[in-house]
Amino acid sequence: MRLLTHNMLSSNIKGVANGFPLLIEVEKVIEKQVDFNPDFLKNIFPKIEWQALVQASRSMGYSELPEESPESSMLDSDDFLMKFHHVLLELHLEEGALVCPETGRKFPVNKGIPNMLLHEDEV
Amino acid sequence: MWYLCVFFHRLLDYRKPEVESLAYLFGVNDALEWKLPKHHHPDSPFHFVNLPSEDIARSIANRSILVKGMYEVWGEGSSYEELEEAIRSYPEDQMLPYLSSDTTFKITVDSFGKVFSFQEQNDRIKGLSYIPFKGRVNLKNPDHKFWLIETDDYGVNNGLPPVAERRIFFGREIGAADRKLIPTYQLKSRNYLGPTAMDAEVAFLMANQALVEPGKLVYDPFVGTGSILVAAAHFGAMTMGADIDIRVVRDGRGPDTNVWSNFKQYGLQMPIGLLRADNNLPPWRPGLKEVFDAIICDPPYGVRAGGRKSGGRKLLKGVVDPYTVPDDKRVGHIPSTAPYCLSECVHDLLDLAGRMLVMGGRLVYFYPVLREDSTRNPFPDHPCFKLVASSEQILSSRYSRVLLTMVKIGPYTEEIAETARRKHLEFRENHLKWLEDGNLHSSVFAPADPQVTAAGDLKLSKDPKPKYRGKYV
Repeated sequence: MRLLTHNMLSSNIKGVANGFPLLIEVEKVIEKQVDFNPDFLKNIFPKIEWQALVQASRSMGYSELPEESPESSMLDSDDFLMKFHHVLLELHLEEGALVCPETGRKFPVNKGIPNMLLHEDEV
Repeated sequence: MWYLCVFFHRLLDYRKPEVESLAYLFGVNDALEWKLPKHHHPDSPFHFVNLPSEDIARSIANRSILVKGMYEVWGEGSSYEELEEAIRSYPEDQMLPYLSSDTTFKITVDSFGKVFSFQEQNDRIKGLSYIPFKGRVNLKNPDHKFWLIETDDYGVNNGLPPVAERRIFFGREIGAADRKLIPTYQLKSRNYLGPTAMDAEVAFLMANQALVEPGKLVYDPFVGTGSILVAAAHFGAMTMGADIDIRVVRDGRGPDTNVWSNFKQYGLQMPIGLLRADNNLPPWRPGLKEVFDAIICDPPYGVRAGGRKSGGRKLLKGVVDPYTVPDDKRVGHIPSTAPYCLSECVHDLLDLAGRMLVMGGRLVYFYPVLREDSTRNPFPDHPCFKLVASSEQILSSRYSRVLLTMVKIGPYTEEIAETARRKHLEFRENHLKWLEDGNLHSSVFAPADPQVTAAGDLKLSKDPKPKYRGKYV
């Protein structure tokens, strides 16, 4: 699971008000090379919740993203784009879990696939 | 500028929408003008289309799946005498650049509705000697390709009107579809297949309808083995998929036979996200909207595969209270699911698309239609969307599927979601008959023998449908 996906997901358990961002419990992180596509990055940038991305990248052991949400002018800097690209698309949570910040319910991630299906008593 | 657009004689209903979508993709914002050669049936493979430039015509033809060729017509007629007269009166300054001595060329003789022997082809090429070709012939890699295309009215067939009347066209090829894609991606050589994997040709058509291009983000909420996303990835899109069945998305049939391996097989960019999620209760964070450029899918409509959603059948009916999972069994618990009927599935799909598509983004999906349903129920609609194309593919005498292409034209708001929900309930009431669980399946598979079936099906045998060639018989 890439951090882009993480940035889009929340815990949708019935009754949970703040299911975002999901905490990350890491068992195994891998890196996969992805073609660098600046246009895609610029398109997706305004839709990213920055704080959640920074938090997620820290829990995956990468700490080079700026804490503060960057200005959109930063998108012209190749150095920044490369980092953004790396965090968003190349870091994978292969094994681990996403944890609901409110209830502590764990959504397992196996073989890179997050299992977001709810149990009967959570629907 | 008018071009002759010759189609492959298949998937008739999909041909024009594909060209129209691609024209839009390559920057033509106005509706295209079409016309037919004289006395040709709308199902004819020959159409004239008005496009702003040769470059656009070439881009469309090269990207398309169903365009056999796009031609600049130098002359046409219903006999070779008429053809000669037409070519002789074609402006010389428009011909000469393609005939000069420093170019190479090739003439192909093609036909529709008949076959020419090699001798006949040669005679026809020699008959064109009045065109002042100065260049050298190169059959393998010519600079310019010329086509002589002849059609015949091949008399009656099954009592249907003829598709094309005798007509001869001569023209210069502008571009043609890359049909090599289809054998390359055909399902029989696909590594990981499911029972409802999308045929490669149709998957490419869907990707074209969705205006897929590099850098766009495409989502399939019923991803299965990823057969639709493979086509989108071929055109350079970033892809994401979800499925409720974790075995399909996570495990596949082993480490080298899964959704990932299908992308690896063709050297395509891997999906940037695959997850297990329920389309009925999507896990997207609140506030997330307008992220996908296109949503392309083949929803489970219960004929070959039925949809599932969270919650047990009894639980949803309120017969039993939710099963509380004991804490020690939470890990690895398999939640129960219930059948997911088509009308609900489509409503959820439209709601998701309304929220998650960018403005102008496209939702492309298949919707089943019962053919004896003479009222032709309208297709599902949503206030955020405009239907731009619907192409029918007949699957059996009972039912067909229609590829719907919808464009997002309005922003998604809470009020709109509420209106759509009310509309959906209304729609559901009117269609309950066959959209509910299993009814579509029984309509498709019930025996046709009038002694066995209920009164409703008797109508079928009394009023047989014409032998269909296409939509406009």
